[in-house]
This record gives sequence, C-alpha cells and structure tokens, in this order.
Amino acid sequence: MIGRQRSPKPAAGATDRGILSATDHRRRRVRWGTRVLFGVTLVFLLIIGLGPILWMLKSSITPTLDTIRQPMALWPNGFDISQFATAWNKVHIDRYLFNTIAIAFGSWLVQIIVATTAGFALGVLRPRFTNLLTGLVIATLFVPPIVLLVPLYLTVVNVPIVGWRMIDTYWAVWLPAGASALNIILMKRFFDNLPREIFEAARVDGAGPFRLFWSVVLPMSKPILGVVSVFAVIATWKDYLWPLLVLRDPDIQPLSVRLPILAPTTDLGVFIAALTISSLIPIALFLIFQRLFLSGAGVSGAIKG
Amino acid sequence: MGSISDVAPATGASARRRTLRVRVTRDGLATLAFLLPFLLVFGLFAWFPIVRAFVMSVQDTNLVSEPVFVGLENFQRVLADPLFGIAIRNTAWFAFLALIFGYPVPIILAVAMSEVRRHRGLLSALAYLPVVVPPVVAVLLWRFFYEASPNGVFNSILGWFGLGPVPWLQSAATAMPSIVIEATWAAAGGTVIIYLAALVGVRPELYDAAEVDGASIWQKIRYITLPQIRNVLFVTLILQLIATAQLFTEPFLFTSGGPANSTMTVLLLIYKYACQNSLGGDYGMAAALSLMLAAFLAVFTAGYYWLTRRWSVDS
Repeated sequence: MIGRQRSPKPAAGATDRGILSATDHRRRRVRWGTRVLFGVTLVFLLIIGLGPILWMLKSSITPTLDTIRQPMALWPNGFDISQFATAWNKVHIDRYLFNTIAIAFGSWLVQIIVATTAGFALGVLRPRFTNLLTGLVIATLFVPPIVLLVPLYLTVVNVPIVGWRMIDTYWAVWLPAGASALNIILMKRFFDNLPREIFEAARVDGAGPFRLFWSVVLPMSKPILGVVSVFAVIATWKDYLWPLLVLRDPDIQPLSVRLPILAPTTDLGVFIAALTISSLIPIALFLIFQRLFLSGAGVSGAIKG
Repeated sequence: MGSISDVAPATGASARRRTLRVRVTRDGLATLAFLLPFLLVFGLFAWFPIVRAFVMSVQDTNLVSEPVFVGLENFQRVLADPLFGIAIRNTAWFAFLALIFGYPVPIILAVAMSEVRRHRGLLSALAYLPVVVPPVVAVLLWRFFYEASPNGVFNSILGWFGLGPVPWLQSAATAMPSIVIEATWAAAGGTVIIYLAALVGVRPELYDAAEVDGASIWQKIRYITLPQIRNVLFVTLILQLIATAQLFTEPFLFTSGGPANSTMTVLLLIYKYACQNSLGGDYGMAAALSLMLAAFLAVFTAGYYWLTRRWSVDS
C-alpha cells in the first residue's frame, strides 16, 4: 500500500460493517455467536500460533530431563535459568548472534544504498533508458531464486573481471542482498509519487542532484525506508541456504546456519534456550513495528507487483 | 546592424545550448553515479547469473577445468535420473497437501477475524507471529515436537485421547504431511493479513442489498464475501504454488529427503546435484534442473502478472 495511492476509502457515512449487519448484531443469537466466534478464534490462535512459541519459552527455563520426560507439563518441577548462560557462553550463541547482526546490518546497508540511489535515479532523475532498466529489474522477479543459486555461487567463488573470491567473507551475503527487485520497485514507485514541483523548486534554488537526493528526497522517504529496512533485517534473519553455501567457516556463520549443526551435540534445554535467543530480535521487531507488518506493506508490494 | 542582430541571437542560442549541454552531461554523470551501485549489484548478482544459468545448463562446468559445451546432455542426464521422477511426484504431492491443509485455513481465519469487532489487532498479531519466527528455529523446534516416541510433544497430546504414537518424520507415509503442517503453521499468518485487507474492500452496500433479499449469514459469505475476494484468493493460490515448489529449508532440515526419498523434492535434488561432493557438484545438472523448474513456474508467474495487471487496470 505504501508508495502508491490508497484506493479511495468508502464514502463518508457508509456503515462500517462486515458480513453481519447492525440488525444481525442486535439479535441475541448472533451476538452470542460472534462472542463464541471470537472465543474460538482466540483460543485457536493462542494454541496454534502462540503455543509453540510459549512451549519454547517454557522449555528454555525447564531442566532438560523434565522436558524430555513430560514435554507437555504445564508447570515444570524446577527452573533452570542457567541454560541461557550456558547457551550464551559455552555454546557461543553470543558470537553467532553477533555474526547474524553483522550480516543483517551489512545487508541492510547495501540494500538501502542500492535501493535509494537507484530509486532516485529511476524515479526522479529519469534518464532516457529508465523504462529499459525498470523492465530489466522487473524481469528478475520472474526468475525463481533457485535458478540463481548455482551461477550466483560460482560468481561469488570468483567474481568476474576482478577475480575476487568472496567465499567466507560477509561480502558474499551483503552484496547479493542488494539485488532485490522488490526494493527497487517499492522505492521507485514511492519517488514517482512525490510531487515533482518540489524537485523543480529545489532545482531553481540551485540544488544539484546530490543535494536534491540528500536534503530533499531522502528526508521525505522515511516511511518507505522504514518498510525496506525492517523487511531487510527480517529477511536476513530468515535466510538459510545462501549463508550455508558461502560461509563455510564456523566462526563467521550466522545463527540460522549454526543452529542445525549444534542441535545433535547440545543439551536439549540449552539448545532450546539458544533457539529462544535466536528468535528474540525478529519477534521484538515485529512487536515494535506491528503496524508495518499487519498493514500488509510487504505483502501487498509482492501482490500488486 | 542586420548582421549583428542576426549573430547575437545565434551566439545567445549556442551559448544557451552549451550551458544546456554542460548541465545535461553533468546531470548525466550524476545520474550515472546514482545508477552505479544498482548497475554493479544487479549486473553481477542478478543479470549475469541469470544469463550464466542458461549457459551453464549446456556446459560441463566444474571449479577446476574450463567449461566444455555439451549440448543438451545435462538435461538428458537429469531426465534419466530415477530421482527426477520421484522428486517431481514428491513436489506435486507436497503442493497438493499444502493446498488441502494450508489453503482453507487462512480463508476461514480471516473471515472469522473480520467479523470480530474488538481486539482484531490482537488476533492478527497472534496469527502473524509464527511468520516472524526464523524458519530454522521453527523447524528445529518442530523437529522436537515430531519426536516419534510416545513422549514426543505431539504424541503426548495424541496420547491424551488414546491415539498414536504416530511416527511423524520417521515414516515415509507421514513425513511429507508433517512437513506440510509445519510449513502451513509458518506461512498462514501472511496470507491471513492479505485476506483481511481484501475483506475490508468488500463494499458494505452489497451486504445491505443481500439482506433486503433476505440472505442468511452463510448465503452472504457464499454469494458475496467469497466471490468479492476471488481475485485475491486466486492470486494467493498461485503464489502458494510457486512458493511450495521452492521450499528448501523445511524439507532439508526436517528429513533431508528421507526416509526412503519420500520427501526428496525438486529443490533438494538441485541442492544434491550442486553439492554432491567436496570438489563441487554437477553444476550443469543443477542448472538444467533449476531451469526446468523455472520454466514450469513461469507459466504460473505469467498468469499471476497477467491477472494482477488486468485487475489494477480495472480498479
């Protein structure tokens, strides 16, 4: 929705109603029906949606033996907070968490740089071959990521022309992350919709393209930068296959690559504590930026192409 | 005088043209500077690899020697691989199960949630929460839920009702459905949000009109709600098919294709070709198979773009 004209709201005075009408709501049976519906939906979502996460939280402070013997016990026999300390210090979750943050930060930075500059060039400066470049960006959306896997890997093993081997450096994750067609399209669309009179006015006042970019356009694009940023971080946190392929050195691997390797050799309670630590930042981001996620900013971008 | 007046505008014009050209080239340089990161990153990590995928599919490529042109041999070898048929069947089975389990759940949830007047925010937050759990964490957690012993989490629950134990990931018959259930849990929230947004767009007058005609609640859902959001329903259907065909993390971490290749999907097969041994894999076969998958998915993608384009023109 962001970056494109919102579809006109229903006319003022139109009733805010769904399938049920006001008369329906006045009927006793329907009123109880909606209450039951609310209850059932809530319980369903609590058990199915939240349940596994709550179970993870509980088991991360429950001694391993308790969890194995009675995984569904509501109240553990004892608490073992030290599992977090063990996961953090002995299993080195601290290092892998730091690696994940470093990867996320770099990917975010590359994505922001590429998306804002390209969006500015294609949406504001609009050189002659804008349509061609935009078409080439959209074309990459048609290619499933799996097609890129092997050739991209070989590119990263030996970057053409410069012959740079990026394997086992974070550049191998950071730079390809920048090639996100969705980012460019979201950015360009947002810049397309900015009022052009502002650019003309800045021009007349003697602002060059760089000044225009830095002092006029960037400050205006905070909302879209927020969207791109949050989704960039979440996407890096989710990524598994690519870092698995290009980061072979255990010391620099992110959580997503490291956790499956640690699973068989780590005490269960400690391991679940590690899983909990790994989910904290994405869940916190979601809780903070709920509106962004739930407004469908990311999904509608994908849907409306 | 005449000659001067003829010359003056000419020099003025040429001067203007010159400043114009200076401005254009300077702006052209600036434009190029702004495009540079984009051109470099997309060139190296999007456009070049896409072209290279086609080239590699007709070459014998390894990390040691120069690539050799082999024609369609890679494709023939993929087609001759007994795992190819198995992978196609498993991926189709996976997509089918995902449709059965995964497709109706978000629709029902969204319709129910849209009728709840209070706490809708709470409900959608709850529905979306699994989506933000990193997939690797979710799979490793669910792997424990799927423990085949009677003490496993799900088997304990089944035990309360005197059922089970179910072998879940351990048996060829239940492994795929187990993966699908987890994948549905992980993805349904995103679709719910899409549907909720679509349901808001259904015009209230339609319900008013239906009520005048005496429609019941179920009739309103059947004849107004669902037809009104059928475009979105169709788009999510296509998107889901495209996504399920490309799921890697879940089958890879749950079962790695086992037991007895019952969860060997096309994506796992591509990975297997690409990473067969420490010397590097059969990149040609991997490229050939991923292109075949892409060609198959392109039909869906094209349909999806064609439809969304048409609708955005309509609305």
